[in-house]
Amino acid sequence: MAEALVKSDFIGKEEPAGVRPFTLLRRPTARTGLVAWLTTVDHKKIGVMYGFFAIVFFLLGGIEALIIRTQLIVPNNHFVSAHFYSELFTMHGTTMIFLAVMPLNAAFFNLLVPLQIGARDVAFPRLNAFSLWVFVAGAVILNAGWFLKAGAPAAGWFGYAPLTSRTFTPDISADLWTVGLQVLGVSSIVASLNFITTIINLRAPGMTMMRVPVFTWMALITSFLLILAMPSIAIALVEVIFDRHFGTNFFEVSNGGQPILWQHLFWIFGHPEVYILILPAMGYVSEILPTFSRKPLFGYPIIVFSGALIGFIGFGVWSHHMFTTGMGVVATSAFALATMAIAVPTGVKIFNWIGTIWGGHLRMRPPMLFALGFIWMFMIGGFSGIMHSAAPADSQQHNSYFVVAHFHYVLIGGSLFGLLAAIYYWFPKFFGRMVNEFWGKVSFWVIFVGFNATFFPMHFLGLNGMPRRTWTYDANMGWSTGNLVSSLGAYLLGLGILLYFLVLIWSRFKGARAGPDPWDARTLEWSIPSPPPEYNFAVTPTVHARDAWWYEKHHPEELAREHAAHAGDEAAHGGIHMPDQSWYPLFAAAGLLTAGLCFANYNLTGSLFGLGLLLVSVYLWALEGPGGYHLHPEEPADQAKHQAGPFSPLV
Amino acid sequence: MDAATATLDHHHDPSTATGIPNKKLLLWAFLASDCMFFGTLISSHLVYRQHPPPGNPVATQVFDIELTSFSTFILLMSSLMMALAVNAIQRGKVKSMRTSLLTTAGFGLIFLGCQAWEFWHFVYEKHLTITNCIFGSTFFTLTGTHGTHVAIGVLWLLSMYAYSFKRGFGERNAIDVESMGLYWHFVDIVWIVIFTAVYLLEYVYPVASPVH
Repeated sequence: MAEALVKSDFIGKEEPAGVRPFTLLRRPTARTGLVAWLTTVDHKKIGVMYGFFAIVFFLLGGIEALIIRTQLIVPNNHFVSAHFYSELFTMHGTTMIFLAVMPLNAAFFNLLVPLQIGARDVAFPRLNAFSLWVFVAGAVILNAGWFLKAGAPAAGWFGYAPLTSRTFTPDISADLWTVGLQVLGVSSIVASLNFITTIINLRAPGMTMMRVPVFTWMALITSFLLILAMPSIAIALVEVIFDRHFGTNFFEVSNGGQPILWQHLFWIFGHPEVYILILPAMGYVSEILPTFSRKPLFGYPIIVFSGALIGFIGFGVWSHHMFTTGMGVVATSAFALATMAIAVPTGVKIFNWIGTIWGGHLRMRPPMLFALGFIWMFMIGGFSGIMHSAAPADSQQHNSYFVVAHFHYVLIGGSLFGLLAAIYYWFPKFFGRMVNEFWGKVSFWVIFVGFNATFFPMHFLGLNGMPRRTWTYDANMGWSTGNLVSSLGAYLLGLGILLYFLVLIWSRFKGARAGPDPWDARTLEWSIPSPPPEYNFAVTPTVHARDAWWYEKHHPEELAREHAAHAGDEAAHGGIHMPDQSWYPLFAAAGLLTAGLCFANYNLTGSLFGLGLLLVSVYLWALEGPGGYHLHPEEPADQAKHQAGPFSPLV
Repeated sequence: MDAATATLDHHHDPSTATGIPNKKLLLWAFLASDCMFFGTLISSHLVYRQHPPPGNPVATQVFDIELTSFSTFILLMSSLMMALAVNAIQRGKVKSMRTSLLTTAGFGLIFLGCQAWEFWHFVYEKHLTITNCIFGSTFFTLTGTHGTHVAIGVLWLLSMYAYSFKRGFGERNAIDVESMGLYWHFVDIVWIVIFTAVYLLEYVYPVASPVH
């Protein structure tokens, strides 16, 4: 026990005395400035960068959506060309899913998981930096088409074969899409492997699995979904890439290929992906609702098991995206049944959240508003989802705006509301400032009204027959009013999002100073200063209860005694062990970026050069070793250097 | 290594919450993911096998099952040598580990040689290419992906061999060798599945010839 206590933060093995690892480049030690950010292995800095890039792409995807809505505001509009419209809806979907919601969730995995389990970093800090930079590389490849003659990808976010074949997309936009997604897949899988290891292995003493905060549980389940679902699309993309580059026949009908295979492989990934997007949001609200209801989470084990069950069943429902392809009665019925079954654990969670706020002393702070909005809006999306699960009904709704309404209620009303709640909730922790209360609430109401005005009419448009991805429509179809309302709602929603981020920027500089625990919360991240020091915990915490920090606040003497004892143990073992910064994750990702861009451009030499850079970086990475140094937070010299936190240049 | 470190417990890591070393846990999770990669490739092959277009070759007329059986046996034996290497380094015997590592890599190279010959033979004598039929597309993509895994494994083995001459290499590196071993055994097991589902299946349960 004592050994586990002092070593629970120990990352990598120490070199025996007298052995120096081989380092080609001196390990960077900059604590501020560009080099510090480029070479950082600190999970909090990496999380902030994930968040920054994700928000940039989120705003880009939002602009794409507003152009789409402007094109549809009146019948027979020619605001944009039909092809540009295809590029817009393709990139809007791809961007929002892969470059906005997923990395925003990754940002929170990075920021919160180590803090919630009482760890000082993730299990593999350099690998974590690699995931970040590979994500950036994939995002660049995906968006490179905007600046090229070929144009942006235009085959839809689902990229159905044979739209992506050389016959139907002769330019390289499809190559940028396939290679870009492939690179993003590498990032997701590597990051997930890291988080699985971190959550299972780096828990502080006493933090049993059934004491792990629900958000971290959802991060664990999401990570498992990612490593098991991503391979399916990775291989499907390999097959498309081989068809395009090497003349294979996977989706070449004239030679025995069957495009339906792409649909199956895509949705075997695509449906778990839906849960990859929503489970973290369920985690955020499971943290936020108890805090602002002044009650513990109702039915913690049921919520955790429901999350796991959603993950399992999520792998057995993919063909409900393909009810109209003629799979036969047995397959269709089976997938319809499984889809209805998955509503059960989801509904259980909703009831648990209602149970949590039931009889609580509700405090309507901005994060709470978004969390409550999440429950309501996500339920509406769930209800239309149940309607889709009935195959006969679905064959009427398929490919109509009803589906667009459904998944935007789940993705915006669900995932995004969860994320917006989470950003306001944890902002004080990482930037040390409170979010402006009044304008935070105003931004919620503008977003809420704008969102419903945009997407509620789409239910009726869809049931009245308006097809998805349609560039324009005729005035006599009866769709004009619905589209006008929807587009005006979209502008309002855009305004609300703009306001939301302006509030954030204002609060960053002018917000009231936040203490360590501004919301009187329950989990361990609130037990340390805001913003957290780079070593997170001066003393590794010992966990005695599910709501670890709540217990700590109510047993101060017991915990103070323990802390003192552990601090002594740690000091006796040489202080806090911190990992060194490194250049190689960045270089390896640069190699992958070069290889990806060149390969998408049919440039073999460049691809090989990129792969070479990747290989060399990986070898140098391995040879330099994890490294590390020791910190003594109780010593004044170290205090001055580190106590200000990783964001001292920002704060 | 000296006696003081020869008492390392290789089955329990006191620095982690579960006692499983981080590296091993990461490798296991990665292998779970890799299962899905191969699962998708093998399914693609089997699905298309059930729906042969006119002119698809008859697999048993293309395969050289004796050679593939031999290379399968060699790959299986390489796993034995890998296990011996892990055992040696866990007891701190670096020299013995080096011999086993080199043998493992050598067996891996023999397997790759057989595969290269097989591919050459299929393309130039049986006129089965990756482009001229769907069978060729799925077969070469699947076995080629496996071959790439073996090649990466061989590179890893040889790198570890070279690294073992570094000062300070010893029993404390057992986890590095063991993680590499997990990967190698996995690649071996996947080949057993491929050999069964892609090769042997054609002899036991041939697909009905397509109607012309």
